[in-house]
Amino acid sequence: MNLIALKMLTGDRAKYLGLIFAIAFCTFLLENQTSIFAGILRRTGSQIIDVSDANIWVMDPKTEYFEQTKALKDTDVTRVRGVEGVEWAVRLFKGNPVARTMDGKFATSFCLGLDDATLTGAPRKMLLGSWERLREPDAIVVDKAGYLLLFPDEPLQIDRTVELNDHRAVIVGISDASAPFLSYPIIHTRYSQAINFVGRERTQLSYVLVRSAAGVNPEEVTRRIEAQTALRARTTEQFRWDCIRYYLKNTGIPVNFGITIAIALIVGTVVAGQTFYLFTLENLKQFGALKAIGVSNGRLTKMVLLQALAVGGVGFSLGTGMAAAFFEITMRKIATRGLVLIWQNVAITCACILLVIIIASLLSIRRVIVLEPAEVFRG
Amino acid sequence: MINENSIAVSTHALRKHFGGNGARVEALRGVEFQANLGELTFIAGPSGCGKTTLLSVITGLLEPTEGEVHLFGQNLTELSGEQQIAFRRKNLGFVFQQYNLLPALTATENAAVPLIAAGVKWSEAMERAKYLLDKLGLNGRSDALPAKLSGGQQQRVAIARALVHEPRLIVCDEPTAALDHVTGDKVMELLASTAVHPDRAVIVVTHDSRVFHYADVIAEMDDGEIVETKNMARKEVFA
Repeated sequence: MNLIALKMLTGDRAKYLGLIFAIAFCTFLLENQTSIFAGILRRTGSQIIDVSDANIWVMDPKTEYFEQTKALKDTDVTRVRGVEGVEWAVRLFKGNPVARTMDGKFATSFCLGLDDATLTGAPRKMLLGSWERLREPDAIVVDKAGYLLLFPDEPLQIDRTVELNDHRAVIVGISDASAPFLSYPIIHTRYSQAINFVGRERTQLSYVLVRSAAGVNPEEVTRRIEAQTALRARTTEQFRWDCIRYYLKNTGIPVNFGITIAIALIVGTVVAGQTFYLFTLENLKQFGALKAIGVSNGRLTKMVLLQALAVGGVGFSLGTGMAAAFFEITMRKIATRGLVLIWQNVAITCACILLVIIIASLLSIRRVIVLEPAEVFRG
Repeated sequence: MINENSIAVSTHALRKHFGGNGARVEALRGVEFQANLGELTFIAGPSGCGKTTLLSVITGLLEPTEGEVHLFGQNLTELSGEQQIAFRRKNLGFVFQQYNLLPALTATENAAVPLIAAGVKWSEAMERAKYLLDKLGLNGRSDALPAKLSGGQQQRVAIARALVHEPRLIVCDEPTAALDHVTGDKVMELLASTAVHPDRAVIVVTHDSRVFHYADVIAEMDDGEIVETKNMARKEVFA
């Protein structure tokens, strides 16, 4: 009877395709929007994740997210180094100098000043040049997206000169830094040089980067740092989630995406549900005939469920394929790099689609179950 | 000669009411009906006299309000819902006025539905259905969808579907109503030649007097009652 159920389903091409596309577009929208949403939120902590050699960030007690910094005292580094469980601690500067090319093209940038001695936090994924060259005078490493923002349509090339707040800087490397939340160029340079680019102030230290000692729980180390220095200390993962939570709470991003996702779900449920219900109604006479012939309600319920699952399965697969193709194309573009189809979102969408088809099939099943087989005798 | 073993269907004091209070309709009023094995029994009468209701109750598709229905000695009202379904699946074949073929299935697949429902393997069911369709003169059309078949051809497929699992009772609801006279006559001829069998009863509900000559027995109904039962000299037809 399963094969008969599937043949009944696919026999009405127009309705079958309508159902498939309703589910497919619902799937596509859900996966697309939730993955972009997650990708954008992930970008809020991109620069935190890119610093792979440290695992603890120390900052002003009131700092809530990466962009929000208040300078620490230079002596704070030494205080942090004195905490038990800290293997090493180095300075990190974050500023926003304006980068300008010789052609006059300019852009506000994220400038990260790395500890002069160790270059902790230097980009590990280099596309051109070498981060070790940051030790050279005026040296900077710029990310590929930032480079293309400053030098549109030009091939990647090192040893080019730019100005950072009117200070000469030489690009010695091009990195593959993760996309930031704002499309600013990401510039890495030495700490001493970064504060020159931005302009000296009384205090300039944005963050202290810390590596916890082997065998010591990083979270325990953060608690010790906070207790002994009265500064805020977060593990990389904690700080990254702080940023995500901040943007979730303080921006319209969740509402914006939430509305689209809700509409996709509602429209998907209504369209798919209505079409499937109509499909069942149109086949009611046939279901009645099957009932008369001796097909039980249980068997008919399984047939309707199979039809719903088949439609859901094909529609979901098609929609997921469309979403995968979308991200395959967009991930290669500079503006949308790093936005990928996240498997967790595929799983959640799968659950949503399952819910949609269960709702759609419940009404249909009810109609089939309450159907009097004697109806079949009514002309 | 009719003995107790040759009685396929019998009803006793069969009543069926629809609705309640002021809207109550008495569709069957104490019907006493009998159909025998090897006979083609017609239930005739004007529209709304209760023919289809009687057929529905006889086949277990409707519960009687009162009275008993015996099919091959089995009191239908004593069977549970599931048992009735299994009983119907094994012993009954249906031919409907509007054919009620599944539009997405080919003629062979439609004819094979009762076998599939009974759990027969797909390939075997198709083979048996195709054999029967060939026998009913549909060779060459077995892969056609119902929409590509004429009314007469569709009714032949419906007859094949009713016969394929070799049931002991075949019920036909106005099998010629949707057909022109010539096609209707052919369908009745086919039914009389292939469905009637010493171990099988065929009940036909109709008000088409043009096909009465195919009947062995005609039970005339009016206003929910059998008002007259006539034994006929059935026209002999050969498969």
